[in-house]
This record gives sequence, structure tokens and C-alpha cells, in this order.
Amino acid sequence: MMIQPELELEDEHDADLMLLHFGPQHPSTHGVFRMDLLLDGEIIVKATPYLGYLHRAVEKLCERLAYVQITPIVDKNDYVAPMTNEQALVMGFEKLLAVEVPRRARWMRMIFAELQRLASHLLWLGTFTLDLGGALGGGSTLFLHCFRERELILDLFEEVTGARFHYNTHTIGGNRHDLPAGFAAKVKAALDTIETRIPEYEALSVDNSIFVARTKGVGVLTGDLALELGITGPVLRASGVDHDLRRDAPYHAYDEIEVRVPVEHEGDCLARAKVRFAEMRESIRIVRDAIDGVPEGPINGFKPVRQPTQVKATSGQVYVAIETPRGELGTFVIAGSDPATSPHRLKIRPPSLHALSALPYILPGVTVSDAVAILGSLDPIMGEVDR
Amino acid sequence: MNALLHGAVYGAVIVTVLLTITALGLWFERKFAGRMQSRLGPTMVGPIGLLQPVADVLKLLQKEDIVPRDADRPLFDLAPLLSAMLALAVAAVVPFSPKAIASDLDVGVLWVLAIGGLTVIPTFMAGWASNNKFALLGGMRAIAQSVSYGVPLVLAALVPVILTGSLSVSGIALWQTHHHWIVVWPVVPGLPAFVLFFLAMLAESNRIPFDIPEAESELVAGVTTEYTGMKFTLFYMAEYVHTLVGSAVAAALFFGGWDGPFHPGLVWMVAKTLLLFVSVYWVRWSLLRLRSDQLLALCWKWLTPIGIALVLFAAAWVEFVPGEL
Repeated sequence: MMIQPELELEDEHDADLMLLHFGPQHPSTHGVFRMDLLLDGEIIVKATPYLGYLHRAVEKLCERLAYVQITPIVDKNDYVAPMTNEQALVMGFEKLLAVEVPRRARWMRMIFAELQRLASHLLWLGTFTLDLGGALGGGSTLFLHCFRERELILDLFEEVTGARFHYNTHTIGGNRHDLPAGFAAKVKAALDTIETRIPEYEALSVDNSIFVARTKGVGVLTGDLALELGITGPVLRASGVDHDLRRDAPYHAYDEIEVRVPVEHEGDCLARAKVRFAEMRESIRIVRDAIDGVPEGPINGFKPVRQPTQVKATSGQVYVAIETPRGELGTFVIAGSDPATSPHRLKIRPPSLHALSALPYILPGVTVSDAVAILGSLDPIMGEVDR
Repeated sequence: MNALLHGAVYGAVIVTVLLTITALGLWFERKFAGRMQSRLGPTMVGPIGLLQPVADVLKLLQKEDIVPRDADRPLFDLAPLLSAMLALAVAAVVPFSPKAIASDLDVGVLWVLAIGGLTVIPTFMAGWASNNKFALLGGMRAIAQSVSYGVPLVLAALVPVILTGSLSVSGIALWQTHHHWIVVWPVVPGLPAFVLFFLAMLAESNRIPFDIPEAESELVAGVTTEYTGMKFTLFYMAEYVHTLVGSAVAAALFFGGWDGPFHPGLVWMVAKTLLLFVSVYWVRWSLLRLRSDQLLALCWKWLTPIGIALVLFAAAWVEFVPGEL
């Protein structure tokens, strides 16, 4: 099935239409995303996204670095969920180098990933309501409350890794930092706090009539189109496609624990919000189940190296994908031969890029206000889109 | 001549007091919003941040006045001035006590509605003159919104006019001191008419959830996108003064104005006004923004028919209930 977003216009400079450069400097473009909107009044006739304003040549940079040096670089790709960035990368290298990860490290990674999902969805909720309600209004109230809870999770990560954001805690073969004493109790306390506050956020968002009026039936993305465009994650699940790598292709320790996948069928902005709320609850449940079951043992199965250049891969190419808060984050590595210490090619498959590719299909026909809501509901992170 | 002097003196006093209250209101809103958002709000300038508005205005005064190259210069300069002037002009007929009225017009309600309705003109002027697409979209939205919400505003204001038989704001307040507050009795046209008036007033002063002409998450800053420094300050001030004066008018029309258990009446009028003013903040910092077509649908499909029904009901009440008027 091929769908063409191209619009046949008699004359692009038709006097009745107005071309609006939406971004890259705009409060609601989640960074530096730009789209050119062709408007008929306030109705969008055609939308053309432009990417690349945050391109930092991360993939090329990685080709010049030794395998063990790359982890801190990818922290900055998806700057809302750095943990899962690291995990996707090191898992690719582990597969390339055929390194076995100890069970304790895998459980820790699973807990980190779920906490990160919770933090990421909280930030998404805050910025989404900011898009709907404005920085000087009810949106910012929910935004700051979401940040307050996200802070609890960042505090937990800080306690483990020493860093609040760019953790660099995953290494090839395991983890760098072990869980500190009393960590489980602190995690449970933080989760209890967040769990009691999620209903408050629901009252201010998915249960609020203005929120529903702004999101219900807005930006409907069909499951077929989503699959065609390679969209994954909550956006795909909100379109009725039951797909989650944690359950369908388990990694970490997800095969040892029950993963329930929330699915909504409407495909609109409200469905995406509902899926993310359900995922927040699900993440809390998974962490609660997992935190007491973390097995004892070593946290790194790789022989420590004195020099970065001691890690070498001679041949092979691998693809590894994990389910980040935004969808399937893939790492494709081709081993290098000259030098053998760096990848010949490192390709990162960002879920947000694919989510953004839906815009030309679902924006025509809606108003500028809805465009902001739709963009926010896709939860794009420009850092990983442009890399 | 005497009336002119009276008007000039009271006008000067009321404008000064209004602007001071607006500055304090700014501080209070920031504190209020801060507490709602689990943060402190301004704390650094002056005791408990009280001088923050002064610092804000001083900062804005120092900003460079940037005018876009292709802006329509006369309109661009006039819009903020007109906006602030019109917002203050409404205050002329607001009775703060039986005596403290700048001009006790016989058709005060008409004046409030007419001048209040005019405020859309400077907003659209700003949107058009900026030569900016976001500002133009904001101006278009402002026109659609203001023209629509003018209708329920008039209908809601008609209810106290019919019930009291007076078009003068102070006359309506006086009637309420002798009889009862309109919001209390007759409760059916009274209370819903107040709610309607308040909603339409929010819409006219561009407050959330009706602030779509600004809508900074969609239109950058809407009509004020290209404005800097003092011109922006005037727009900002006009919005606040409009809300404050609108609260005062609502207090006079529906809550008995200066009526209260003890004298002086001024205290009661100010208290009622500020209470309504704070409830505007409350709404603003809790709700999200509606889409502009949803706003118009709400206006034409719900508020306007309800307004017509209320006016008819008020007329029937006056006609058939003995002992009124």
C-alpha cells in the first residue's frame, strides 16, 4: 500500500492560501522542528516537515571512537530518556562482540528502563498540556507538577549513577554502577508517591472536558498507515496495533516477568494520551514486581579493559532493537576492520523520526491549534530525530 | 463645569488606583500561580517579592522598541495606546461607592458594553499592522471571538437592566442595596446571567480558556508577537485592567456593588471586585485552552440561546411577579 501525501495544487502561490513557517523557533515545536504549513484561513492544506536543525553527526562521530567510548555520546540523542539510548547501543555492541550479560545486570537494566519510561511519559504529559494550555495557563500547572514527580526518578538515577541525566552507566557486558543499599525501599517510596498523583493528572488531562474536546478525534492515525510508516511505540499502540518489543521479542529480563501491553483503537490524540497513562501504571507495576527479585551476582560479564583500543570486533553486522518510551530504538552496527576498534558504520533507528513522518498525512484538514496538539501527541524528541 | 471637574478628579483617582491594584494584582497572580504549581513565585525583589511588578515594568521600559520593517507604523504605534485607553475608559462608569463614580452616566451599562466591545479594534489593528502571519492569525481569531461573545455579554447584562429598570450601573447597584442582590434573587435569571456575563467577560479580555488571540503555544504570542518594551507592557496592562474592570462591573451589576453589612461601601465593592478577579486567576491557572472553532460553537450553540432565554425569563418575572420594581 502506498499513500501519497503530495497535494496537487494549481498554483502554490495561490492568493487565498498562506504559507506559514511553523518553527524552528516556535514555542511548541519541541526543540527545533520546522514545518511549512500551507493554510486556507486556519485550516492546513499541506504540511511539509523539515528536519536537520539539530543534526550533530552523532553516527559519524561514533565511527571515529572506540566501542567503549561511544556510550556517553548517545546519552544526548533522546535527551528525555538517556537510559534506553545507552541500552540499545551497548546491546548492539554486546551482540557484535558476543558478550554475555549477567542476570543481575539485565534485571537492573529492566528496572532502569521502566523508571525511564515513567519519567519520559511524565515529561511528555507536561509538555503536551503545555502545548494545549500555554505556558501562562493551566498547561504550565500540570507541567510543573509532572516535573516534580519526574524529579523523584532523577533522584533515584542520581543515587545509582552519580549523574542526573547523562548517566553513562551501561558498559559493554553489564553495568558500571551497582545498586546502592536501600535502593529498593527508595524506589518503592517514589513509586507510591507517583502512583497517588497519577489520578490527579488524569483529572486535569484525560478526564478534563476541555482536554477531551481538544484531543478526541484529532489527528486520527490508522493502524495501516502507522505500520506503513514504520511507526512504533505508544503511537502505534494507540492506533490499535498490539505490538511491543518487550513482550514480542523480549530482551533484558522481560521474559521472566509479565508485561501487559495497553492498546487503544481510536488512533487519535486522546488514545495516545490514554496509552501513555496506562503505560505509566504498567511501568510502576513492573518495577514493583522486579525490584525485590533482582538476583545477586556480578553486574558485568566483560573483562575490564585498560585501553579503549583493546575492544575489537573483526567482522559481522548486527541489529538490535528495544522498546523505548517512544518506540523501537534500533542499533545497526557493522564491525570495522580499519581500525577494528571502531564500528565501520553505526546506524541508529530513532522512533521519533518515524512518528514525525506521519505529519504530512494527518495534518491536512485540521487547524493550526490541532497541529500543535498532534505534534505534541507524537512525542518527538528532536535530539534523536536529527542525531 | 462642576461635573467636568468632578469627572477629572475622580477619573484621575480611579485610574491611579486601578493601575496600582493592577500592579499588586500582577504580584498576587504570580504568587498565586506559584503556590498552585508547587513553587514560591517572586521572592527576591522587596519584601515577599512585592516590588516584582515595579522591577518588571522598569525592565520593560529599558527594552529596545523594535518595529518590523514593513509594519504599518501609525497603526502599530496606536494599537497599544488605544488598547490601554479603552480598558481604562470602561472604569468611568463603575461605582466604587455611591459617590465615587467618575461619571454617573444614565446609560452606563451601554457605555460598558460599547467600550468593552471596541477593545477588539486595537487588537486587530496590532495583528494587521505587525505584518506578521502569527499576529494576523491572532487578530482574525480576536475578531471572531469578540464579535461572537459580544452577544451573550449584552444578553447577560440585560438581565439586571430588566430586573431593576435602570440602564445606569450605579442605579442598578442602588436598586440592589434597597432590594436584594440579583445573583441571589431571583436566582434563575440572576445566577446564570452572572455566569454568562463572567464567561463573556473572560472572552472579551482574552483570558484563558478564551485567550486564543494570544495562544502562545500555537501563535507564538499572537497579536503581541512583534511588540516589545513599553508597547507590549501597554497590551499586557490593558488585559489586566480589562479583567479588573470587568470584575468590578460584574460586582456592581450582580453582587450589589457597594452593598454590605457595614460602612463604608467602598470596602465591599473592592472586596467583591478582587474576589472575582482572583477567581479569574484560578480559572486561568487550572484550565487548558479551547480551539477557536470550539469557542465559537460554545458561544453560538449554548451561551447565546441561554442568554435569550434568560432575558425572556427576566422580562416575564418583571411582568408577572407582583411587588417587583
